[in-house]
Amino acid sequence: MAQKVAMDIPDGSYVNLGIGIPEMVAGHVPEGREVIYHTENGLLGMGPNPAEGKEDPELINAGKKYVTAIPGACFFHHADSFTMIRGKHIDVCVLGAMQVAENGSLANWSTGAKNAIPAVGGAMDLVAGVKTIYVITQHVTKHGDAKIVKECTYPLTGKQVVDRIYTNLAILDVKEDGLYVKEMAPGVNFEYLQSVTEAELHQ
Amino acid sequence: MINKIINSTDRAVAGIFDGATVMIGGFGEAGSPIELIHALIDHGAKDLTVVSNNTGSGHVGLAALIENRQVKKMICSFPRTANSTVFPELYNAGEIELELVPQGTLAERIRAGGAGIPAFYTPSSVHTPLAEGKEIREFNGETYVMEYGIRADFSLVKCLHADRYGNLVYNKTARNFGPIMCTAAETTIVQAKKLVELGEINPEHVVTPGIFVNKVVEVTDPQEESKLVREERRYPW
Repeated sequence: MAQKVAMDIPDGSYVNLGIGIPEMVAGHVPEGREVIYHTENGLLGMGPNPAEGKEDPELINAGKKYVTAIPGACFFHHADSFTMIRGKHIDVCVLGAMQVAENGSLANWSTGAKNAIPAVGGAMDLVAGVKTIYVITQHVTKHGDAKIVKECTYPLTGKQVVDRIYTNLAILDVKEDGLYVKEMAPGVNFEYLQSVTEAELHQ
Repeated sequence: MINKIINSTDRAVAGIFDGATVMIGGFGEAGSPIELIHALIDHGAKDLTVVSNNTGSGHVGLAALIENRQVKKMICSFPRTANSTVFPELYNAGEIELELVPQGTLAERIRAGGAGIPAFYTPSSVHTPLAEGKEIREFNGETYVMEYGIRADFSLVKCLHADRYGNLVYNKTARNFGPIMCTAAETTIVQAKKLVELGEINPEHVVTPGIFVNKVVEVTDPQEESKLVREERRYPW
């Protein structure tokens, strides 16, 4: 999945990667492309994880993991960082999802459960401001429930914000009139894909 | 003569009063002014409203301030993190209030507060539960929610270098909320890893102009929060 996403990020893009699977996209950028990674805690030009023993607790990413800064990187404060995000300066954001609806609405911050501690971070700002939103997710939950749904039952992160969904089974484009199958994984056919997808799929 | 240098963290936080709103810099441990927070625990001011991105981890720093029951309300974007147990337990027991704010909205509310702007409209959180009850308005066909600027009585911030005028330079991603929090408080208190002479910081490289800073205290060898958490340390020691 991470490799497929990386193939779709054009040379010269400014990209924000969400926490978790999205972070893996950085490892799959094709040779010859230059992509600059933004992390919302104040770094443009985020590099790979540091070698053991070289970790710096004051050089971390949004997931609070140790990172490095590439030559040409810059640091800035939070208001500047979200100026880049909300001001539509970041080209692509890759996020995880709990649910994506067929109209592109995304839920990825809260299950709404009573005892859950609500935590949102920068997700609502990213979907509100970044030009292209890619979601990377397993096609169904650990319990086999659909994640690609007609309407999100969890609280929304943003309404009609997702442009493309990358799952372990398929790549889906979000268009005005619904979800279109762009590509299926080897061994997956349309009937099977539809059977594990609550939202209606178009070919 | 202007000299904002204070010779101890205890003296630096001595004016913080019960019921104050306190902004605390940091994103996780990066930029968290742990020695100033520990001085605030020793000082004992209570019923505080704290504005900070997270709620601390383990039993040191911000988590220890909360555990010591000095905080009645947190305004933050991400109140749970790995090794964060103090806030979740008090929150689930109904013993601490939470105002959850998207991270960019939190940053802009602080920036606006510091810039004398009482409110603004943002696209973040529109059509989500975090916009419920707030004013919604359309501009150029797009929908926005109104958010208020935040000001504080005190800000506690960590930086790398400071001079006696209060000019500051930060270290890498420890900068995060520091520069905007310095602008938004009546009294901004900074811990610097190193004090330098006037002129040693190139004027082109000053990140926070000294006008936004009131007190500076040197902490040459600050504690690393993650190390203290790994060692299961608790404050007060």
